[in-house]
Amino acid sequence: MNVLTDNFSTFGDGFLGTVELTLYASVLALVLGFLMASFRVAPVGSLRVFGTAWVTVLRNTPLTLLFFAVLLGLPRFGLVLPFKVFAILALGCYTSAFICEALRSGINTVPRGQGEAARSLGMSFGQSLGLVVLPQAFRSVIPPVGSTLIALAKNSAIAGAFSVTELLGTYRTLSELGYNIVWTFVWIAVGYLIITLAISALFNVLERKWGVAR
Amino acid sequence: MTTANALYDVPGPKTRKRHRLYGIASTAVILGLLGWILYLLFDTDQFTYTKWMPFEYKGIQELLLRGLGNTLKAFGLAAVLSLALGTLLAVGRLSDHRPVRWLSTLVVEFFRAMPVLVMIFFIFVALKVQPLPALVAGLTLYNGSVLAEVFRSGVNSVERGQREAAFALGMRKVHVMSYVLVPQAVRAMLPAIISQLVVALKDTSLGYLITYEEFLHAGKLIASNLDYDLPFIPVVMVISPIYIGMCMLLSWFAGWVSRREQRSPKTEAVDVAPAEPGTLLPRVQ
Repeated sequence: MNVLTDNFSTFGDGFLGTVELTLYASVLALVLGFLMASFRVAPVGSLRVFGTAWVTVLRNTPLTLLFFAVLLGLPRFGLVLPFKVFAILALGCYTSAFICEALRSGINTVPRGQGEAARSLGMSFGQSLGLVVLPQAFRSVIPPVGSTLIALAKNSAIAGAFSVTELLGTYRTLSELGYNIVWTFVWIAVGYLIITLAISALFNVLERKWGVAR
Repeated sequence: MTTANALYDVPGPKTRKRHRLYGIASTAVILGLLGWILYLLFDTDQFTYTKWMPFEYKGIQELLLRGLGNTLKAFGLAAVLSLALGTLLAVGRLSDHRPVRWLSTLVVEFFRAMPVLVMIFFIFVALKVQPLPALVAGLTLYNGSVLAEVFRSGVNSVERGQREAAFALGMRKVHVMSYVLVPQAVRAMLPAIISQLVVALKDTSLGYLITYEEFLHAGKLIASNLDYDLPFIPVVMVISPIYIGMCMLLSWFAGWVSRREQRSPKTEAVDVAPAEPGTLLPRVQ
């Protein structure tokens, strides 16, 4: 027990580091994922190819390889940023591929008749998209986006191994200080459980509010 | 493609012309981006002979192949063991005995909620296990738990009439499961199972972080060699196509199985899962 009380600030730093990584990478992943999803359903061929290539490659890339390439590779091009920014970039890009697929399959669950009916009422493209198609798609993407963001929070542990301050990395400091390693890991596990359960609770609330049984 | 969803009408001649214009503009932008990356690569001298020389040596080639072999070994072990663990846990979750059900639910939910890297590090650091067993054990616990959920949802997704008919014929639960439900469930879930194995294959690269001598580790050894002018980018350019290619091959196989099973008359009483790894949103009822 005193592993936690003695090192509350170390654990706190790590916990906040993980929360920060998760938060920023989620924002990046949602923005990029939305962009790529709109590329993938765009009527322009080359954008579709680009979106498809982005998703196919990133979905099949081991995240460790991506971290390896981004954190150690980009500095070779003279791009020197803090490791934390690189980690957010790698995590965000990786997760954006999964977000894109979730959004795209959400759009595909909207029946074709909905868009056709909207247009036959004389709605413009923007109106039929903003008032008819996207609101319905949004309802069915809540659970898959939630599970993707939980996966993102768990994947952020890899950043710790590339010397970014986060929860898993705290074990190194504490084992050097000679604390019981098993208890250290128990508290690390509790920290991750708090984060993943919080995300899952958030998305359950969202789903209860807006989700729809289809 | 454009008419496959609710977004667009069939475009007319004016719209087609406009789309062609957008197409040319975006192609130009994408080509410009690719050209810029290529320029950066040349500008920072990534294509010099010294940096690509190491790949000519037999020793280096063997090092890479040994790394690849170790990756595949870890993947094979983790795949077989997690399928076994998944079966065991799924049987536990479908059990008629409440304590067994609770225990397996607890195990499944815990290991699904933990980052796989935390488990691997725990086994490696706290239990002081060798890298390979630690990696395989961590991957097995995580993927086994996810596969257990895949198996269970597969069995539950078989039409209710199948189970009822089997019980009505006087079969016992073991027979209902093994002759009626499981064969249909496995067919339906095969794409999801293979996709989960892709996740396992990708996660074998975590072995790099616990000094297991796998593919990435071999690459790192070459990349940090001063004799070859630190050929980091060439190493990434050699390693990532192989890694990504292996995963793509397996993903493509999952998609192929999915399409095949959807056509099969043997999956009429059950929905074939799409070729995606198991989703994870713990249900708070």
